[in-house]
Amino acid sequence: MNPLHQYLLFSALLFSVGLAGALTRRNAILVLIGVELMLNAANLNFIAFWRYSPNPEALNGVMFVIFSIAIAAAEAAVGLALIISIYRHYKTTNVDEVNELKG
Amino acid sequence: MSPVFAILAAMTLASAIAAMSFRKLVHSALSMILTFSGLASIYLHLNAQFVGLVQVLVYVGAVAILVVFAILLTRDSTRDSSVRSLAKSWLTGLLVAGAVFGTLAAAILGSRALDRAAPQAAEITVKKIGEQLMTRYVIPLEVVALLLTAAMIGAVIIAMREKEGK
Repeated sequence: MNPLHQYLLFSALLFSVGLAGALTRRNAILVLIGVELMLNAANLNFIAFWRYSPNPEALNGVMFVIFSIAIAAAEAAVGLALIISIYRHYKTTNVDEVNELKG
Repeated sequence: MSPVFAILAAMTLASAIAAMSFRKLVHSALSMILTFSGLASIYLHLNAQFVGLVQVLVYVGAVAILVVFAILLTRDSTRDSSVRSLAKSWLTGLLVAGAVFGTLAAAILGSRALDRAAPQAAEITVKKIGEQLMTRYVIPLEVVALLLTAAMIGAVIIAMREKEGK
């Protein structure tokens, strides 16, 4: 097993942990943290493939991760704003109790 | 396996699992910060210094603060802590996550395309990244700038307090 395998396996494990958290927890903030973990696992894949690519001078992987981090930050801001807005309306952040679109 | 990567990976995974399993939200948020710091160190270990520092600035700095504030603003003081924190379908969720990991691991371990040695580490300076951002990636950069502005305005409008009766 060479180093690239290790990085990819580690990132797959991180992705699965995030997915398990996003699917099993009831609090919306924890679901969002799980999604962030999955995004980070994808970023790690980009960096690992960039490091082990035949032409690391091209910077493609690094650029992709920089843009991905910017978009993930925007997603986190909007997601948390939505959670705060839902909390004001339903007085809960439990995703099982937020079950109607028109409140 | 290099010992540096082994230690960083173990720490990051342990804190990720802890972040997803703690009952108290604040503990989860602190664990999440540890996970993001571990990932930043792994980026540094992979010779991507700029990405590592961006990870620290954006995730350990901004996203962690956002999450902590969101926890603060949505605290349920009325609810007792004995209420279940897992969804009803938690077993299905765990099985799905396990199946996803199994599929990914089988694909990774079965692939022959990954058998390659690391080339000589490239000299990635911030100057080079800046030049690329201003030449080849200038349109994506502008689009991301627009997206961040839109997301910021959107977040403010969504979280703004609704006026009663208006």
